[in-house]
Amino acid sequence: MGKLQAVTGNQAVAEAMRQINPDVCAAYPITPSTDIMQRFSQFVADGKVDTELVTVESEHSAMSACIGAVAAGGRVMNATSSQGLALMWEMLHIAAGDRLPIVLALVNRALSAPLNIHGDHSDGMGARDCGWIQLYSENGQEAYDNTIQAVRIAEHEDVRLPAMVCQDGFIISHSIESMEYLDDKVVKDFVGQFKPTHPLLDIDNPVTYGPLVLPDYYMEFKVAQDRAIMNAKKVTLDVAKEFEKISGRSYGLFEDYKLDGAEIVLVVLNSAAGTAKDVIDEYRSKGIKAGLLKPRLFRPFPSAEVAETLKDAKAIAVLDRADSYGGFGPLYMEIAAAMMTNGSKPTLINKIYGLGGRDFFPENAAATLDELKEIAETGKVKNHKEYIGYRG
Amino acid sequence: MKLKNWKELALGSVIPEAGNADTYNTGSWRTFRPERVEENCINCLFCWVYCPDSSVIVKDEKMSGFDYEHCKGCGICEHQCPGKKGNKAIKMVEEGK
Repeated sequence: MGKLQAVTGNQAVAEAMRQINPDVCAAYPITPSTDIMQRFSQFVADGKVDTELVTVESEHSAMSACIGAVAAGGRVMNATSSQGLALMWEMLHIAAGDRLPIVLALVNRALSAPLNIHGDHSDGMGARDCGWIQLYSENGQEAYDNTIQAVRIAEHEDVRLPAMVCQDGFIISHSIESMEYLDDKVVKDFVGQFKPTHPLLDIDNPVTYGPLVLPDYYMEFKVAQDRAIMNAKKVTLDVAKEFEKISGRSYGLFEDYKLDGAEIVLVVLNSAAGTAKDVIDEYRSKGIKAGLLKPRLFRPFPSAEVAETLKDAKAIAVLDRADSYGGFGPLYMEIAAAMMTNGSKPTLINKIYGLGGRDFFPENAAATLDELKEIAETGKVKNHKEYIGYRG
Repeated sequence: MKLKNWKELALGSVIPEAGNADTYNTGSWRTFRPERVEENCINCLFCWVYCPDSSVIVKDEKMSGFDYEHCKGCGICEHQCPGKKGNKAIKMVEEGK
């Protein structure tokens, strides 16, 4: 067993990075992720890691430097939030398309405007289609565990894709919770040595990265990329099994909480799942068949597995901490598409909550469960999509 | 040429063979071709220095012609050519004429 600590989510991720000891990190500060690289740069200054820390003039440059460093043959990590991730956007596609396994700590924060520094998922969901693996974390422990596992998933020979590990800004990143660190040697052995595929620093075997690929070949590379990210599902499960052996903590593609025989279900990511679980317990104790599904792996999305797990539910509310304005929330769209793959058709509703760090209270979860109960009984839906927890 | 399928390609569009641009004949892109006027050539080799496609052939330190398989007809060689007494040693001539 490792050491029990009282730490913040950011502290936990910085500690994971120290234990992973990457070859290169490129950093540019942005709230609320700043703290991760600030702590990590202290590790660099104190000689506790062998990392080359590259300070850059923007997040676009940070991701560009990461891409160059991993193509050169190094293990590379980085951290960002919100506008920082948005500024990286074009480079995110390049990291994925060039099949470069960078691990990025994403501390979820609302996108401007209006300017806001608090936690919501609009940054991560905005990067949904960039080809990165996305792991979401409920608390600091999960953020720490996911960071260590992400290295193995991203670098696996069947995958070779970048991965981002998401946690809620401030709610998790700056809140102290009790959690367990693994021993340095255990983490070192678990992540192993980075094995580059076509390192630019191998000067005896020169290669070209990033050539022009015209219509005669572009599709083939995209097929390969899609197969690779779909492989990440199995790899995530395999890595989780190994991780359980060293940590005693078990992870899947998603967490199913009291879903056995559940008729009404909440689907929710990250920290709000913790709040909602308490309410599920309360409803279960009243004899109401309520359950919760918390996706962990959002990209690739485990559609078939989610659909199989939720097939007997009568009514499902998908809670999104981001919106696709004029459409449904991104998590809702994923769940709705998943439920079409096996023909089961529970009634689905979409709630947009907690934007810009607005608190998600137990009563928000309770009101949604009450609405689901009514839908399950009457089959009638008042609103397919609505915002909750606002004035007016 | 048989095109490779997705399983046969290197990871992430990396090109593992160095210098394989040689196998890509860009000469067909050309609408004007450079032609040499030998009597005006002073063998300064400015054309060789400036050619972006390494399509000026030099033998025994002397300009000896063009690689039309790769020359795209950009005309930089003609522009840079000092010639002899104001008469250029390279002239761009429209293809097909």
